[in-house]
Formats: sequence, C-alpha cells, structure tokens
Amino acid sequence: MIRLLKRYWLVLRRPSAHYSLGFLTIGGFVGGVLFWGAFNTALELTNTEPFCTGCHEMYDNVYQELQGTIHFNNRSGVRAHCPDCHVPHEWTSKITRKMKASKEVWGKLFGTIDTREKFEAMRLALAMSEWRRLKANNSLECRNCHKFDYMDFTRQSPRATRAHSTSLASGEHTCIDCHVGIAHRLPDLADVARLAEAHGGRDVVPAVISGDVPAAPDPEATR
Amino acid sequence: MRSLLAVAIAMTLSAAAAAQHIDRTRGSTPIMEESVPPPLTNPDNSDIRRQRAYAMQPPVVPHKIEGYQLDRNANRCMFCHARTRTEQSQAPMISVTHFMDRDGNFLAELSPRRYFCLQCHVPQAPVNPLVESRFTDVETILRGAGSPSTLPRR
Repeated sequence: MIRLLKRYWLVLRRPSAHYSLGFLTIGGFVGGVLFWGAFNTALELTNTEPFCTGCHEMYDNVYQELQGTIHFNNRSGVRAHCPDCHVPHEWTSKITRKMKASKEVWGKLFGTIDTREKFEAMRLALAMSEWRRLKANNSLECRNCHKFDYMDFTRQSPRATRAHSTSLASGEHTCIDCHVGIAHRLPDLADVARLAEAHGGRDVVPAVISGDVPAAPDPEATR
Repeated sequence: MRSLLAVAIAMTLSAAAAAQHIDRTRGSTPIMEESVPPPLTNPDNSDIRRQRAYAMQPPVVPHKIEGYQLDRNANRCMFCHARTRTEQSQAPMISVTHFMDRDGNFLAELSPRRYFCLQCHVPQAPVNPLVESRFTDVETILRGAGSPSTLPRR
C-alpha cells in the first residue's frame, strides 16, 4: 500500500516532459472553470422543485400536501419551493445536506417509501429528522425569509404577539417549536415519545408536541 | 293511498309557497341565473371570548383556524386546549364534559366522541346572517319581557 502511494507521489512530483507550462496553466484554468461550472449547475439542478417532485414518492405525498397551504398559494403569490425549507442556503451546510441526501438516493433505489402505506409508516421518522435539523439550527430555513428583527408585532394577532415577544424573542423557543405541520400533514403523534428516545431525546421534538413526551428523569433527583 | 294523497297535497302547497318565497341564500337572482357568491371574509381573530347565547352553548372559536389539522393523526386544537397545555398557552381548557363517555364515566383523556371539535365549535366571521333569527335570550324572558310567541313578528 505504502509503495503504491509512493509510486503515485513520484508521478505527481515529476515535471511534465511533454506539455508546455502554458498549456498546463491555461488548460488547468479552463478545466477548472468547466468542472466548477458543471458542478454548480448540477447542484442547482438538484435544488429545484421539478427535480424534487420528479419521483412519485415526493410528488404523490408531500407535494400534494404542500398545495393549498400558505406556503404554496396565497394572496401575494410569493411561495416557498422544496429547497427553500429543506436545503440550507449557505454553501457549506448545503454541501453537507447534499451529502446526507445520498441516503435518500439509497431509499429511492430500494423503495423505502414507494407506497402510500410505507410512507405513512415512515412519516413520523421523516418528520422527526426535519424537526431535529430545524431545532438544531434555530429554524434557519424559516428565518431565511421570516426575519425576527423585521416582524411588526402590532400587525400580528394578540396570540402571535404574545408568543413571538416572549419565548421566541428570548430564544427559549424557535419557529419549529410551534409551527409544526404547516406545509405537510402531521404524523400520528402516538409514537412520538418512543421515537424521540431513538432520535436523541425530548429536545429534538418541537415544544408544542413534546408536551406529550415525558421529560427525561432529572439526574440530580436520581442521585 | 291516503298517505299518498297527503303527500301530493303537501307538495302542491309547498310549490305554491315556493312561488312567493325568495330563497335567502340565493337572494333575488332568478332561478335560471347563477348568483355571484359573496367575497370570502376573514374570520374573527380577536381572541376575545364571546357571550354564550344560552348556558349549554358550545363556545365559539374567537380565532382563525385556517389550516389546522384535525384528523386521525393529530388534533391541532388540543395543542393548546388540552389540560396539560393550558398553562403554557393560556387557552381555555376543554370542558370536563369532554372527558366523559356517554354513560357519564370520566376518562383519563379527551373522549373519542368529542374528538372532532368543529362539530360544535366554529369560528366566526363578520357577515350578515342570511336568515333572520328570532332567538330571544332566556334572560329577557326571565325578566318578564315576554316570550318569543308573543313578540311582534317583523
């Protein structure tokens, strides 16, 4: 193994005997531009709604549910597309999410949710993974559009004002803690306590749901 | 035979009545024309509790419930109105009757027969009622202001 690596290292170190310096630098530059352009184009292409809803799993289940919600059609015609909420906009996080999405390719190939029944059975786990992500990044994908600093509480309903000016403002809660099931239907919540255990405890469940999840025993109390 | 005759008479009479009667939901639009539906109105979202018309009346919903999920999987209303949520939400708790089965036994949680909130509790919109109501508050009757049957009909 070491010998093999050494051999390739020597090849890489050896100066070029056939190609000119100009060809190598300009060719390398053009090649780099082409590669990067293609990479970004492919990245953007997989970040579009037609791509996301290209498979029947997404089109028949989640895309149908999105239609009719405020994030799909509304009075002003501004709408959210799949990646607006499900893919981080910032480059590093986006690449991380894209790498994680390779598991979804696996799921597609092996038909993890290829029937309505399988999808319904997985719904809680799927929702849980999105809740966990949004809890962890302080609802970043919500906040890409809904900026707290520009919210006018006087234009909100009394209930919204109360919630937003207290627990949201103090950082105790984040968007997803209350706004669950707004773009897709909620899963059967009967199993939420058991699954929360598997996903890393009560903290990954939005507060509005975790009322049903028993709190973890206080380590101080059991000592 | 006799009942058939009664039905025939009743139908003739109702047809005659219908000729004079204007359908309040249609307005004055002729039957062969399509009426223009009124524009949608935003429901009351003031969060101010309303007076009940009678003691047993299910309270109405003083806020928007658009998009609230109420199905086999989840009951959005209970996210705030459940017993365990009222401290956080400051919403009124569902009535104690909602924990009872039909034999009056108290259950630990919301009785399944009370699960579908919207069967009784509905949001309100500021629109003019299509049909005139001659409902009289029992309080008025108690004060001796007369009973509905003696009120002058408008």
